Amino acid sequence: MDFSFSEEQQMLQESVQKFVQRHYSFEARRAIVASEAGYSPQHWDLFAELGWLMVPFREEDGGFGARATDLMVLMEAFGHAMVVEPFIPTAVLGGGLIAALGSAAQKDAMLGKIMEGSVQIAAGLYEEGSRFNLTNVQTRVQSRGEDYVLDGSKILVLNGSNADQLLVSARTAGEPCDAEGISLFLIDANSAGVHRYGYPTVDGHRAAQIRLDGVKVPASALLGPVGGCLPALEQAVDRAALCLSAEAVGAMDALLQKTVEYSKTRKQFGAPLSAFQALQHRMANMFIECQLARSIVLMAAMKLDSDIGAAEKAKAVSAAKSRVGRAIRLVGQEAVQLHGGIGITDELDVGHLFKRITAIETLFGNTDFHTRRFASL
Amino acid sequence: MNPSFTDEERQFQQQAREFLTAEFPADIRHKVEQRIPLEKDDYVRWQKILFRKGWVAPNWPVEYGGTGWTAVQKYIFAEEMARIGAPEPVAFGVKMVGPVIFTYGNEEQKQRFLPDILESNVWWCQGYSEPNAGSDLASLKTTAVRDGDHYIVNGTKTWNTLGQHADWIFCLVRTDSRVKKQEGISFLLIDMKTPGIRLSPIYLIDGTPEVNEVHFDNVRVPVANRIGEENQGWTYAKVLLTHERTNIAGVPRSKVRLEKLCALAARTPDGQGGVLLDEPVFRNRLAEAQIQCLALEYAELRALAAVSVGKAPGPESSILKIVGSELAQSIDTLYMEMAALQSLPYVPEQFAVDFGGEVIGQDAAAATALTYFNNRKASIYGGSNEIQKNIICKAVLGL
Repeated sequence: MDFSFSEEQQMLQESVQKFVQRHYSFEARRAIVASEAGYSPQHWDLFAELGWLMVPFREEDGGFGARATDLMVLMEAFGHAMVVEPFIPTAVLGGGLIAALGSAAQKDAMLGKIMEGSVQIAAGLYEEGSRFNLTNVQTRVQSRGEDYVLDGSKILVLNGSNADQLLVSARTAGEPCDAEGISLFLIDANSAGVHRYGYPTVDGHRAAQIRLDGVKVPASALLGPVGGCLPALEQAVDRAALCLSAEAVGAMDALLQKTVEYSKTRKQFGAPLSAFQALQHRMANMFIECQLARSIVLMAAMKLDSDIGAAEKAKAVSAAKSRVGRAIRLVGQEAVQLHGGIGITDELDVGHLFKRITAIETLFGNTDFHTRRFASL
Repeated sequence: MNPSFTDEERQFQQQAREFLTAEFPADIRHKVEQRIPLEKDDYVRWQKILFRKGWVAPNWPVEYGGTGWTAVQKYIFAEEMARIGAPEPVAFGVKMVGPVIFTYGNEEQKQRFLPDILESNVWWCQGYSEPNAGSDLASLKTTAVRDGDHYIVNGTKTWNTLGQHADWIFCLVRTDSRVKKQEGISFLLIDMKTPGIRLSPIYLIDGTPEVNEVHFDNVRVPVANRIGEENQGWTYAKVLLTHERTNIAGVPRSKVRLEKLCALAARTPDGQGGVLLDEPVFRNRLAEAQIQCLALEYAELRALAAVSVGKAPGPESSILKIVGSELAQSIDTLYMEMAALQSLPYVPEQFAVDFGGEVIGQDAAAATALTYFNNRKASIYGGSNEIQKNIICKAVLGL
């Protein structure tokens, strides 16, 4: 058994940490969040240059190996600094789906561009009544000659307003919640009939509500088998969920570190907060949660990199997302409470870390959803 | 023992309900329901309606304009207010400084300040906490140095809620630094227009400038604006806290929010073809919150019953503060979980009355995460829950 990072993983970790130190102070992040696009295209170019955008892809696709453990290392370092660049939407989820389902032509057209940083992707997978259920797809598809026509609406499409290409799930057969009959389409984000309403999310990221109003696409827009995309879709979303969980591990670590530091400097009643045993124990609880979250994310990442069956991998990811979700509630709330009023001000990074991990708890299935899924698998 | 309302109390309930239904302005109600932030004018207009009915200050003695209600009537009224979504009068005047003035102020101060508080002609704010005096409030450092008929005030107050609307501020200031920290504090009333006062807004993580820092730079305050004796301010402030305890648990509001949550969950899809209310885990947590609310309600009723037979409110109010704030926060969490992905869009402009764009998410979902973030303050303010536990340890358990 060996849980230590490979030399490559150490280098990856160091390179992200160096980037974050140089370019991602809390103030620098604030400026990026407030900018028109809500992310930095310059940083994105740098991600490409440093090879980070290759990490989610297999070597045969021109990537770095598509190891979940590598993604974990990268995302954890992103989590510390609350990096907002759309790495998960474009490279992990969008890129992952194209790599898994795309024809040779589709992969040739897109994967290289993703890795060189010249295209942004967003995946619209959730709808108003679907909650986290990927099979609850009501977006309809009609054949019209050689073409397809899409009608429907997608909510909270991460990176939706900046995307050049949209991946949308749509039902080509069956009823909502059927596992069969789900198809994916890769469409130009500016196609006629695509209405995008972009907005910031509470954690400083960007998303969009997207309405597909008789969007006509050629058959070549189909990604993967007609009506048979669910398995690949679930696997790609699981990868994204694992990435988010790893990001949360980094962010929670930062929260713990900042809380411990603050408790040593903040004095009330003639002593630093850190001198009060009641508060010490609460920080010990935060530490325990951080360690368990880190452990279960490592477990899930290693399982994804192994050759076990798909159901077992899914179960591992749900375990991680569920357990990390519980840690998120405790660590986030305690970090704020121990800081007191300053913890809920916009001025301090603590409140922003709290908001980000709270959003992570919800994204790609909340704690309840993944606990239930774990039990059902 | 008798847990139910008397006939008179039920009649009063009916009367309160009729009044609120008829008089609570529809436009303000719309804002509350749509989570559109209220403006100063909304508060003032509503408080003046309450004033005209004679119901603005249930916790004041009748001679100063109070209602003369029993503790149970006050409770009923608070519940009816919550049911219709009517905001309580801004606490700083009616609940906080008013009682200090009528208890410890002199005749001239009572006549000068109390009527304007009742009529909502003057908006008050609070100057207690300082950057380095939070939980340890008595260590405050804002100084007031005597100069003839005036004090010269210097220092910084923080967590000043809605001071941007305020005409006056009541402050705890240090008038003696050589004695035990609690014994050198005085209670001053300060006109916000006095030269040397500067407000800087503090934005919270939900994006609102709800609180401020207030800077005092050689601010001249007439000695006549001091309440009671010099260096006795801490005693007065503590008495003020007992008045703040009315409805501190927020049971009426939590009850109404839980009822609404049930109704909403009954029509929120669970994603699997059913509704969220029938989803066992969510339903279970919702039930736990309802049970906690019942326990808290009866804890509060017991406390009210004790007060109504003449006992002073005791440290049990610390229980109400702790459990009430944590219950409210668990309800915030349930709302956020109900909204799921639609809790995440940050589109404050869509709540504006004249917003014409595409509305993101359902009404019920919007802003639930922001409420969850903002209301983490509930376990921090008003004496943090940690301080409340210290009070229980000391005053009840004798530790």
